[in-house]
Amino acid sequence: MIPKSFDYLRPSTLQEAVQMLDRYEESKVLAGGQSLIALMKLRLAAPKYIVDITRIPGLSYVKEERGKLVIGALTTHDTVENSPLIRQKCPILSEAASRIGDQQIRNRGTIAGTLCHADPSADVPTAFLALDGEVVALSPSGERVIKASEFFVDFFTTALNPNEVVREVRVPVFSPRTGSAYIKHARREGDFAIAAVAAIVTLDAKGVCKSASIALGSAGPTPLRAVEVEKALVGKKLTDDVIVAASELADRGISPPSDIHGSAEYRAEMAKVFTKRALRLAVSRIGG
Amino acid sequence: MVEKRKIKLTVNGVEMEGEAEPRTLLVHFIRDTLGLTGTHIGCDTGHCGCCTIIMNGVSVKSCMVLAYQAEGANILTIEGLAKEGKLHPIQEAFWENHGLQCGYCTPGQIMSTYFLLSRKPKPTEEEIRRGLEGNYCRCTGYINIIKSVKAAAEKMAKGGS
Repeated sequence: MIPKSFDYLRPSTLQEAVQMLDRYEESKVLAGGQSLIALMKLRLAAPKYIVDITRIPGLSYVKEERGKLVIGALTTHDTVENSPLIRQKCPILSEAASRIGDQQIRNRGTIAGTLCHADPSADVPTAFLALDGEVVALSPSGERVIKASEFFVDFFTTALNPNEVVREVRVPVFSPRTGSAYIKHARREGDFAIAAVAAIVTLDAKGVCKSASIALGSAGPTPLRAVEVEKALVGKKLTDDVIVAASELADRGISPPSDIHGSAEYRAEMAKVFTKRALRLAVSRIGG
Repeated sequence: MVEKRKIKLTVNGVEMEGEAEPRTLLVHFIRDTLGLTGTHIGCDTGHCGCCTIIMNGVSVKSCMVLAYQAEGANILTIEGLAKEGKLHPIQEAFWENHGLQCGYCTPGQIMSTYFLLSRKPKPTEEEIRRGLEGNYCRCTGYINIIKSVKAAAEKMAKGGS
């Protein structure tokens, strides 16, 4: 399978890249290409221009800045999975990255790429939403910050304009007494999720749940926050009874798809089951 | 009409060049333009791993990379492993442990093993299974492949290349 013909552009800076996106209609950014090239081969995407940003220097990094981890757009999933800084300060992001595809895909796919692709069953977008992360987007008219809660708009659709590109991804550093888990239900390791849950819980000094952030993948057109579950946790000691009762609310407000891998009803049920498991795991991982 | 352009890259230590369209996939460039047909095409959708090569030190699926993206890259394919008629220890290990039946997926299995052992010279069985997740075999059931990777790690620890 070969993609439809296109013109190939290779900007040397991100400014040049956004000018190209601005100038050429039906242009598309190519980063690691592990989703886009597959779509192009299947002719589900047929851009006229490919703007390959992979040669732009300085877009692969992981740093800590003012209570946040800042991650360059072209940082690969493999780097996110194995970065000691991310593993220590924001482990759920490493855990989500580790569940993507397989080693070869993780060697080439990028963090900004999977966020911009915005597949609601992908791993990192769900964790990114639970983290209340943000992206820094560049366009010819300057930069803006887009919050995770506003970034995912619809199936494979983000808040980015056609002439915008993500330069950096930012996620908060975990506060003390925080535990997290990203787990998913898939037929085979590396498959897209039938149900996926990213859970982050933080306790106060007395062991009462101070904040809870639960995001569900494969539960609708975008990753979704399980707001009712979160409400049922905050202000309580996270006993197993509390977790079980809260998890029962995971199907509120979701609209999972039906396909050969599972009906909407099955996925809704799995959202509850996996929310329960993710919460138990997250609580068990809370450190001092 | 999209024009072809000449691209240069290093394959198995040799500088090579050939013409490609923007849409030419790296696997097609390697097989059809450079004539190195050891790299196989299996599913062609990024799942099976038959087309795995090492590009700038990491394993990638060459059906999921544009040839233009590999311009200037350092590529290692299955043909680059044997030296002066002597098989690479990974190849020997697959041979001795019957790590293949039909052999179609083998170039990909071996290149993924090459990457795994470059990073983890003494992998656990779990690490081997995880490292080869992206390589499907439809014949052997994987048991002998895992045995082969273990044997390869031992051979290389004893001073193979």
